Amino acid sequence: MIIAAVPGFPGNQTSLNPVGPGAGRIEGEFALIFWITAIVYCLVLIALIVYVARRRHSMSDIPEPMPTTPQSDRWAKVAVSGAMVVTVLLLFTMMIGSFVTGHALGNMNRQTAYTIDVYAHQWWWEVQYPNDEPYKTVVTANEIHVPLGVQLRIHGTSRDVIHSFWAPNVQGKRDLMPGYDTDVMMQIDQPGRWRGQCAEYCGEQHAHMSFYMVAEPNHQFQQWLEQQAQSSIAPSTPQTVHGQQVFLSHACVMCHTIRGTPAGSRVGPDLTHLASRATIAAGLLPNTIGNLGGWILNAQALKPGCSMPPNQMTGSDLQDLLAYLGTLK
Amino acid sequence: MKSLIAIAGLLCVCAFAGCKREQRVFDPGSSGSQPANGVALNEVHAGGPLQVSDQGPHEESAYAVGEGKRLFSAFNCVGCHNHGGGGIGPALMDAKWIYGSHPQQIYSSIVQGRPDGMPSFAGKIPDYQVWELVAYVRSMSGQLPTDVAPGRSDEIQVKKAEQAKKKEHPPDETPQKIQKGQP
Repeated sequence: MIIAAVPGFPGNQTSLNPVGPGAGRIEGEFALIFWITAIVYCLVLIALIVYVARRRHSMSDIPEPMPTTPQSDRWAKVAVSGAMVVTVLLLFTMMIGSFVTGHALGNMNRQTAYTIDVYAHQWWWEVQYPNDEPYKTVVTANEIHVPLGVQLRIHGTSRDVIHSFWAPNVQGKRDLMPGYDTDVMMQIDQPGRWRGQCAEYCGEQHAHMSFYMVAEPNHQFQQWLEQQAQSSIAPSTPQTVHGQQVFLSHACVMCHTIRGTPAGSRVGPDLTHLASRATIAAGLLPNTIGNLGGWILNAQALKPGCSMPPNQMTGSDLQDLLAYLGTLK
Repeated sequence: MKSLIAIAGLLCVCAFAGCKREQRVFDPGSSGSQPANGVALNEVHAGGPLQVSDQGPHEESAYAVGEGKRLFSAFNCVGCHNHGGGGIGPALMDAKWIYGSHPQQIYSSIVQGRPDGMPSFAGKIPDYQVWELVAYVRSMSGQLPTDVAPGRSDEIQVKKAEQAKKKEHPPDETPQKIQKGQP
């Protein structure tokens, strides 16, 4: 437990293992406060133990108070004043450190930053990559691919209640409020999948509202972006053709978009490239055929209260639908 | 005095027992046949109301009515009916009902579709969500108790909030006075 709290301890979804300058500064400030308080705590405990060990009396015999002399009074004054000065200096060190950190985090804004839009919903994240040419706009969910070492502007708001965007390895928290747009700057310098989570209680599935920031080299990111901007692949086998028909004739079509088909509702996550995502239901389950099937049949059993209704369909319809969704790379 | 307290206590218990306002079903289940998968009708024939009975506690549940309000926008009912005032489709906040104002009749209109534009949502909306929509549609003309009315609207209000709406009296629910001079 204690070791896990030491700055620099590795891990995912922890602010002690920063992978970008934002979290790095927060971790630096945390390390400053951690080491000051840890050393002071140890010194106080050592002093206490030493004086308890050097006790001058037993339980039965209580000695007279020590006589004071002008010299001992002077020492006491010096010791108390010195301790006070050190305490105030240490507190000021932490305060100035905190001020410098806050100032640096607030000054990260650059005009050249790459903008990604994040919309928080109960209980998932809608992610958009705006483009000057609207048909190239990429819409995805719960997985934020970003280029390595590039400054990012996460432009966020909420579609319903107050949420908070927090990828601890990358940057501090930022509340997303309905009707209010906010920008938070970040940068990731280490490749990997960095997990984040809603950090403001937003309803019964708040704990199942996570996302991943996938940091990859710029050329790989551009490739991904280009691929995601494409419409969905048209079904080619009889099974997937029927699967698409199932999608379009059931409740799915009321809430989900698959670009390239008549399904175009914006209530639930965009499924155009569903099979390229690693998890479903905002990080609740790995994106496997079994999990997806269970999710479609009765999402309320897996994530009670979410907006996805239970769906009835025959076994063969479900198999075809899953086969079709599996082709949406 | 004692009996008075006892009666007051009993009344309190009854009041709480009868309150379904905050009742919420987390798992509506997926088994059993859903009448909402009924047949869509053709463009010219309206058809009669479906024989449906189980409508659950939706009209007494603030959560269900609130969900109905959310779905009313999400499923783009507002595209034609606006927020109750009508436009391409008929207004829903007045006393005039072409296909009936009873919950079963509204349910049938949503599931079967109606001529001249109302699409059929058969198989597209789960049964319980149709009932939530029915409850919300009825709240628009003040048919529901005011304590279950939905939350405030996010869009600019041009009409009274549902809970402040004066109750309309659709003729099929209220016996009309026979006018003098008519045969």
